[in-house]
Amino acid sequence: MTDASATAAPDAMIRLENLTKAYPGQAEPAIGGLSLEIPRGEIVVFVGPSGCGKTTLMKLINRLIEPTSGRIVIDGQDVTEMNPDELRRGIGYAIQQTGLFPHRTVAQNIATVPRLLGWSAEKVSARVDELLTMVGLAPDTYRDRYPRQLSGGQQQRVGVARALAADPEVMLMDEPFGAIDPITREALQNEFLRIQRDIRKTIVFVTHDIDEAVKLGDRIAVFGPGGRIAQYDTPEAVLSDPADDYVAEFIGSGAYVKRLTLTPLSRVAAATDWPTVPSSADREERVAALRSADRDFVLVLDGDRRPVGWLGRDLAPDDDRLTGNGLPLLSSLGPDDTLFDALNAMLASNADVVVVTGEDGRYRGTLGMAAIQELIHTASPAAGAGPERAAGPAPGRSDSPGTDSPGKEVR
Amino acid sequence: MAIAPAPTEPAGGTGAAGPGPRPGGARRLLRYAGAPAALLAVLAALYLYVGAHDLDRIERRSLNAEYLLSRTWQHLGLSLVVVVLILAIAVPLGVALTRPGARRFSGPVLALANVGQAIPTIGLIVLFAVAFVSWGIHTIAITAIVLYGILPVLRNTMVGLDQVSPAVIESARGMGLGRAQVLWRVELPLAVPVMLAGIRTALVLTVGTVALATFIGAGGLGDVISNGISSNRTVVLVTGSVLVAVLALAVDWLAGIVEDVLRPRGI
Repeated sequence: MTDASATAAPDAMIRLENLTKAYPGQAEPAIGGLSLEIPRGEIVVFVGPSGCGKTTLMKLINRLIEPTSGRIVIDGQDVTEMNPDELRRGIGYAIQQTGLFPHRTVAQNIATVPRLLGWSAEKVSARVDELLTMVGLAPDTYRDRYPRQLSGGQQQRVGVARALAADPEVMLMDEPFGAIDPITREALQNEFLRIQRDIRKTIVFVTHDIDEAVKLGDRIAVFGPGGRIAQYDTPEAVLSDPADDYVAEFIGSGAYVKRLTLTPLSRVAAATDWPTVPSSADREERVAALRSADRDFVLVLDGDRRPVGWLGRDLAPDDDRLTGNGLPLLSSLGPDDTLFDALNAMLASNADVVVVTGEDGRYRGTLGMAAIQELIHTASPAAGAGPERAAGPAPGRSDSPGTDSPGKEVR
Repeated sequence: MAIAPAPTEPAGGTGAAGPGPRPGGARRLLRYAGAPAALLAVLAALYLYVGAHDLDRIERRSLNAEYLLSRTWQHLGLSLVVVVLILAIAVPLGVALTRPGARRFSGPVLALANVGQAIPTIGLIVLFAVAFVSWGIHTIAITAIVLYGILPVLRNTMVGLDQVSPAVIESARGMGLGRAQVLWRVELPLAVPVMLAGIRTALVLTVGTVALATFIGAGGLGDVISNGISSNRTVVLVTGSVLVAVLALAVDWLAGIVEDVLRPRGI
């Protein structure tokens, strides 16, 4: 695919070269001459409708499906002719129905690959406890349970822990959060991103859900019919500049709204010109602050500069509501919230501004509706900017290849 | 859920219990002790029934401890050989027929096994005795009864292996277990409950049908029944029949315990 190789990654962990899978008796190959580079330490999401070949391509990587022709290079090593079982022991694998062994305990399930690799019993047991803790299951409670004693979400956690057991550099995940209720699913996605922030594995993640792809992917490969990759790029670029009508249709309506979820507030400059008054101020000081304010409301900050409430400019100087904390603050947003959360908060509170705080909950500034509009439009890559990832508006959003940009860290 | 549909089990009440199903202490004791107690009661009743009769010479020739024990041992010996042969044939065959590539043979082979069970064993035994005169009588009896008992083991082995979730097998392969490792560590343990049910059925069938071996002179408790018929002595006939039934039920009881012990926890 020419468009895929155009975004050649600087340090490819997985390189697929001219990979073809043809089934006998079928005119069209399932995967036809596909080349793809998957950068080290990134999550690459294969997304597309059912039957588009995304799962086939994933299984070609660990040779659960043997390619008809082409080469698979992992970490510089050609694995096309390697013993497939040994290859797979070095690659984490998690699938939608979890595939946990029902006759083995949680600990035995997680220990599968370490045992195959001949780890000592103490090392295995320490690793099991470490992983259970990492995926949020208390080892003492869950170690000796059987899979059917766990909820669907817990089974998926164990599935992810099992895939991570032998600390593989590469993980393949086929809709691991697929058959799960939306609330648990979102929790699992967030935890998955949190874990990935620490372990920085190279992950191939298959899903049919574009929202999941946008949320999790450092890069997205949008699959079209016939095992074709229609676009391979960052979520921002796919959403703002779909390669063709097919991709645009697959993204569906609401591409701009989806893009709001991509930008955490930590990457957004908050306006600091909103009038504020400390909660320790007496009535005269408050009246003075309201008089001099150029907005309809003044923000009250407590002694630690945490936002606590609003004072309306229409309050009479003798109004009782002028003292105290004023109208309650309906929402304030932290660094991990996104532009989407900010817009949602504005719509919910019927205001055109939200308060933004830092990590410690202290006042950082405000974000207005107009600022969001401006952000989402300047974030679009200029026409003809080429395949390079367009730089976002926020500071620290360096995308120079090969460096771990702080911008990525946040996602 | 990755859990396969619950296997069908004969008797027992453990299927619906929680993971690692084991019946509670008292219930378990009743289940394990109830059957032998009932069987002992039947044997005691039989003893009283025979003792109440004034046995004539013909009856005494069959109804003495030495004769009955020797026939019982013969019966058990024949049954054991038959069951071992059934397992040696049907389990590997069932495994082979569920491997990819061999599946297309599973239809014809199952049809053949069906025929084996559909033909009356007594007909098969007599037919073999006529057709293969040069074989020993024991070989003939064993061959015919083995053919009869293969089907339940073969079918349950295949069903047991087929009901293992494909997701479980795929994830095992995906983690780097080889085909043989997947078979031994995943497929067979998960198929064990269904396979054991088939084996238990075959055991009971075998103990029952070995009684027919007497018709070509191969011995066993069938001799006692046969003596009772030919000499027109009801007490002998009843004794032989009850002993075969008690033996079959005792074997079933033992197999039930083995089933509980071998069933993997967690499924």
